[in-house]
Amino acid sequence: MFSFCTDPSILPDWQWFACYLTNATHLQFYRAFGVVIVLLAITAPVALGMGLLGALALRSRFWPLNWLGKGYVNIVRGVPDIVFFLFVPIALGQGIEWVMHQINCPDWDQPIRQGNDFIVCREAKVPPVNSPAWVRDIYAFGMAVTAFALVFGAFVANTLYGAMQAVPKAQIETAEAYGMSSRQAFRRIVLPQMWVYALPGLSNIWQILIKATPLLFLLGIQDIVYWARELGGQKTSLFAYPHPDWRMWYFLGLLCFYLFLTWASERAFARLNTRLSRGQATAAGERMRKAAAA
Amino acid sequence: MRSCAESFSDYALRALGRDYGANLLPRGLDITLCDQLFLIGGGLLWNIYFAGVALVIGFFLAVGVAVARFSENPLLNRPAGAFIFIFRGSPLFIQFFFFYSAFVLLPRSGIDIPLGFITLTVNTSALTTAQVGGVIVLVLNTTAYSAELFVGALRSIPKGDLEAADAYGMSGFTKFRRVVFPSMLRLAWPSYTNEAIFLTHSTTLVFLSAFPARQQSGEAFYYARYFVDQTFNPFVAYPIVAAYFIALTLAIIGIFGLANRRLNRHLPQAIRPRLRFRPTYLR
Repeated sequence: MFSFCTDPSILPDWQWFACYLTNATHLQFYRAFGVVIVLLAITAPVALGMGLLGALALRSRFWPLNWLGKGYVNIVRGVPDIVFFLFVPIALGQGIEWVMHQINCPDWDQPIRQGNDFIVCREAKVPPVNSPAWVRDIYAFGMAVTAFALVFGAFVANTLYGAMQAVPKAQIETAEAYGMSSRQAFRRIVLPQMWVYALPGLSNIWQILIKATPLLFLLGIQDIVYWARELGGQKTSLFAYPHPDWRMWYFLGLLCFYLFLTWASERAFARLNTRLSRGQATAAGERMRKAAAA
Repeated sequence: MRSCAESFSDYALRALGRDYGANLLPRGLDITLCDQLFLIGGGLLWNIYFAGVALVIGFFLAVGVAVARFSENPLLNRPAGAFIFIFRGSPLFIQFFFFYSAFVLLPRSGIDIPLGFITLTVNTSALTTAQVGGVIVLVLNTTAYSAELFVGALRSIPKGDLEAADAYGMSGFTKFRRVVFPSMLRLAWPSYTNEAIFLTHSTTLVFLSAFPARQQSGEAFYYARYFVDQTFNPFVAYPIVAAYFIALTLAIIGIFGLANRRLNRHLPQAIRPRLRFRPTYLR
């Protein structure tokens, strides 16, 4: 990185640290923080979408859809989620390969599960056999996003369902009295207003989502936990930057990163809550109305 | 192939260590369904141990932290707030890693703490085991989460209860013991039940993070993962461990429900709060 970094062993302390903290592996470590943010940025809207679908299914009067929604929400919420995080990627991966196998190799006569092996034909491999490393990385990351979205979608569905029920009934009746169909009333009255009721629950789920991101490590993705372990471990003099066991300091750094993330999102949600409470038929909205009138 | 009775005697208590069953875990094609059922079920003993010890110690610490957080003295209030913020705001998974790597750095031989008349030697090598070090992390974590619940309950104790205590001439510790503490417990109990459930669920993280499973004696999810690695089939071991955890969850709800009945026994039938299972999530 810097011009004086050619021989780190003769550098004074501050230059040694400047070089150490900007070497190639550390840059990968910093990029891994970006991976966490990207995961959060992709998972949150996907989980919100899943949750909205789940909540609509829970509200549905068409019983198969209603049962599907109830089954999804209750199964995901009843089982420790770590089981889901590890189950979904491997089960989904095998499921996709099984389907591809049925499509691509219909005349394959051997069983797919032989003893402890899961064998599909070459054309059915996902991602394809010769695909470059980045395709594999994207695939693994996509699996992780799917697992997170499935689990958190169920939590969101439950919160949104409660929020939809919390919108005052009188408002929906008024909308119907004005001649809106129930679909119009839902779109114009319930959907815009439910967010203020959903916000405390959603902010809670968001905090939990943040705190679930280090589990990426268990899915074999080179995330911040992976790099903290790699970089922090003891390095002998064979390495360019020898140092004793510094894992504690790396994990302290991660701890601070997460504390900052939860602290910042707590503040952001508090602001959003004030913004959404404006003009609502809730205590907070009433207080704002009175403050404005006075 | 092993019979079911053989796998019971080999693996039902194997989670406690090599002395309590077969030397090695079943491998590869040798794995039977009974092996998975008994080994994972035996691992549940450790989940119960981790959750039980952490909950009992954490409960008393949490009451202390909650009272400190609720007090108006900033010297008590601020540190308690910081403690709660740190342990609730960061992932348990990272906390395990951090404390493990900190415990490893302590000198192997133990630390001498001179107390004047006697020197206390702290056995530091025990801290790097899950059975001691892991429990410490779980205790700190559940203390923070429960303290937050208890503070919320302290804030919502009915004013009339406190005034009645004053009118009876109670003060200080008597008032706390007879009025504040029982009311706080009664109000916090439904959410504390949920906390106990989450804590039990998060004991699955102990061996997934840094703490080593000596002699391959681990908790239920450790074995489930072992079987999935061996058989490459997630459709057996994971549903088994999920079913065990649902059973454990129901048992916790049952026990805490009995306590809830006792805490609310003075209230008229109609307004007693019912326990609702709202499983959320990991930390």
